[in-house]
Amino acid sequence: MKITVNGRAHEIRATAETPLLYVLRDELGMDGPKFGCGLSQCGACTVMLRGRATRSCVLPVGAVDSPVTTVEGLGTPAHPHPVQRAFIAEQAAQCGYCTSGMVVAAAALLEQRPKPTDAQIYQALDGNLCRCGSHLRIVRAVKRASGERV
Amino acid sequence: MLARRSFLARSGGIIVAFTLPRAALAQVVGSGQPDSVDAWLAIDRAGLVTVHFGKVELGTGIVTAVAQIVADELDVPFASVTVPGADTSASPDQGYTAGSASLSTGAIPVRQAAAEARLAVLDLAAAHFSVPASQLVTANGTVSVRSEGRHATYAELLAGQAIRRTISKATVVKDPDGYTVVGKSILRVDLPAKVFGSFGYLHNLRLPGTLHGRVIRPYPVGATLASVDESSIAGLRGVRVLKRGNFLGVVAPSEWTAILAMHRLKVTWTGGGLPAAADLKAAVLSQPVLSERAIVDTGEGSGLGPNALSATYLWPYQTHGSIGPSCAVADVRDGKATIWSSTQGIFPLRGALAQLLGLPNAAVHVNYVDGSGCYGHNGSDDAAADAALLSQAVGAPVRVQWMRDQEQGWDPKGPAMILTHSAALDAAGQRITAWRSDVWSPSHSTRPAGDAGNLLAGKLIGVPDAKVAFVGGDRDAKVNYQIPNYRVTMHNLRDGYLHSSAMRGLGGTQNTFANESFMDELAAAAKADPLAFRRAHLANDPRALDLLAALEKLGAWQGRPAAANVDRTAATLRGRGLSFVRYENTEAYVGCIADVAIERKTGNVRVEKLAIAHDCGLIVNPDGLRNQIEGNAIQAMSRTLKERVAHTTSGVTSLDWHSYPIVRFSEVPEVTIVLIDRKHEPVLGAGEATTTVIAPAIGNAIYDAAGIRLREIPLGPGRVAEALRGA
Repeated sequence: MKITVNGRAHEIRATAETPLLYVLRDELGMDGPKFGCGLSQCGACTVMLRGRATRSCVLPVGAVDSPVTTVEGLGTPAHPHPVQRAFIAEQAAQCGYCTSGMVVAAAALLEQRPKPTDAQIYQALDGNLCRCGSHLRIVRAVKRASGERV
Repeated sequence: MLARRSFLARSGGIIVAFTLPRAALAQVVGSGQPDSVDAWLAIDRAGLVTVHFGKVELGTGIVTAVAQIVADELDVPFASVTVPGADTSASPDQGYTAGSASLSTGAIPVRQAAAEARLAVLDLAAAHFSVPASQLVTANGTVSVRSEGRHATYAELLAGQAIRRTISKATVVKDPDGYTVVGKSILRVDLPAKVFGSFGYLHNLRLPGTLHGRVIRPYPVGATLASVDESSIAGLRGVRVLKRGNFLGVVAPSEWTAILAMHRLKVTWTGGGLPAAADLKAAVLSQPVLSERAIVDTGEGSGLGPNALSATYLWPYQTHGSIGPSCAVADVRDGKATIWSSTQGIFPLRGALAQLLGLPNAAVHVNYVDGSGCYGHNGSDDAAADAALLSQAVGAPVRVQWMRDQEQGWDPKGPAMILTHSAALDAAGQRITAWRSDVWSPSHSTRPAGDAGNLLAGKLIGVPDAKVAFVGGDRDAKVNYQIPNYRVTMHNLRDGYLHSSAMRGLGGTQNTFANESFMDELAAAAKADPLAFRRAHLANDPRALDLLAALEKLGAWQGRPAAANVDRTAATLRGRGLSFVRYENTEAYVGCIADVAIERKTGNVRVEKLAIAHDCGLIVNPDGLRNQIEGNAIQAMSRTLKERVAHTTSGVTSLDWHSYPIVRFSEVPEVTIVLIDRKHEPVLGAGEATTTVIAPAIGNAIYDAAGIRLREIPLGPGRVAEALRGA
């Protein structure tokens, strides 16, 4: 079984029913996506498939039929994704455990809608939970990132 | 002393060791370290400053703030200061990172160490340049001779010399007017890695040969392990099952295999269960009162009279709800143990683990690694114990992460509390003459405290329950208002209905909800503006009055009695409420004005705006402080409107985010903040204070909007709709 993650193809040893999250973290060493609930309820494990935010904790790796982008694949300190740059500028995190999922969900939103309305931002992020209460900063970061894209 | 020697060997350069006044150790329950050498700071040959801070980064930005303090005091560039994670072999024992005390007390010794280190460098420079130290100035890690070109960097001056100095309280620190780094909104040092997905969370830590463990908890709660059918997981390769008393776990080569084994293993439990209780009040009171204590008792007689106002408030059990479930890695082999944990107290955990594992303290090494957000005593310590027992059993490093249902089912809960208040007004109906409060609570601290009986795994293998000290139920039970005849009585309950410990604000959250709701009820009885009514009882505290004035302006408060304009026919009812606290009676001043809109048909409460005035003395990092205040406000709003741990007699049923919903983006209010910076006042903590004022402000706003008084949290739609029907 092969999957492509952040532009690189990987041969996978895990069984087909293993959720993608465990393959990314435990087999490929990509620890950006996090285990939060294992129930597709919190968004900490969010990755991008075909430009859409996808919960990797409930997606069997055998069902992955397109390239995967994780937070590590979005940008680097030298070449940050606009969303990553905006999160730093807005100081949009506290503990940061949900941040990978937030960044990917926001990046996916901006792929779909480069200029989202407030309502569209709330809707896109409503399934991503943050317990530290960084919501207002995260929304500001998404708006800032959408401005940068113009 | 071993620890110190190895530390000296590693760092070189200046070592500052000092003795702390005991008061600076503060807040610690059962800190077992009698050593008076309390904090460390080192400057290496490259001029890099390493701060061995005994407190840990819980997600609040503390590491950045401490680096700012050191950079300012030492006159070095901010970027040259690093604050690594605490570790029992190299860090001072500063007890728990808790109680909003990391900056207010925890940073004091660090600041003094930095000041003393600067004096040491100056002494070196005075000898080097053959001038009196008074002719020298320091900036940017460099010492210069005043009015001359001669200068040398700290690193050049030290040239590898190890200098040790002992400081005292008398070490002079900078005048705050000279601060150039403290007071600036410096960007948090940990955020870039968090945003790029490369931050080194505990959850990402795996050592070579690490196995994955999962635990299986008794069901019902308190049940005894009867049998385990290992043939049920015969199809899973490499799985080992560990049984010890009622502690049950599995260890596997891969994480997913461990999870499958945990789910598939056939286990039979007998007995156990929680006592049946009709409602929250009955559940809380099903535990015996172990002791009673008057916190304050002034005035003659009850002073209440026949027209006294009385009310009872209830706060339910709540869960910490960290997004990442508790995790730990342990390597217990050959009579030694190394544990990686996001505990709030590496030393107290070390003692408890040593007892659990049957090892001497010196054989146990606990490293702090950042975990998911920590808002009090969550499952981190218990996960460390799970990993330690499993690693000891298999003789290899084991990583354990709890599942979502285990996190919410088994973390030590924020305790439920019952609070009753009665008070009387004077003949004119304007001033409170007498107030009686009775508070029922279990202890808000069942932290490790060096005792394995405090660890879940310890209880499950049969370690006797640890002795509980009653902590936190009395936090803010007493108000700072002037009341001539005042009595507050604590009724300390046994822990055990749902196991409880510290959650943000401790009893300050519950008590302030009750106190500030009751103040509003009294103001309504007095037909007074709630703000003016509070002011009249705070006339002796100018700082409190400043805070209220700032809040009044920020929230454009218009003085009038609450619920004066209730429009009972409107589809949407709007109102605003106010609250005030001086946290822990001597810490930060916070006030909040909440604006709410209630949908009459559903009873749904939308918090539209929270305006917060905040005075925590000297501000170290204004944006970091705002981030803390916003976080407190949003999290506390979630606790107020939505959160209650539900259970049956078998155990907790709020086991995921559907059965225990928390606030979502679409529900977050606008938050406006005014900070009162008092440069020459001590730093007061900001990690919890704001949490305590949110629930009463919202409850008071609901009263203002609809004329209904809600006294039990959460203030959810069902409860609001029922009250609206009865209004």
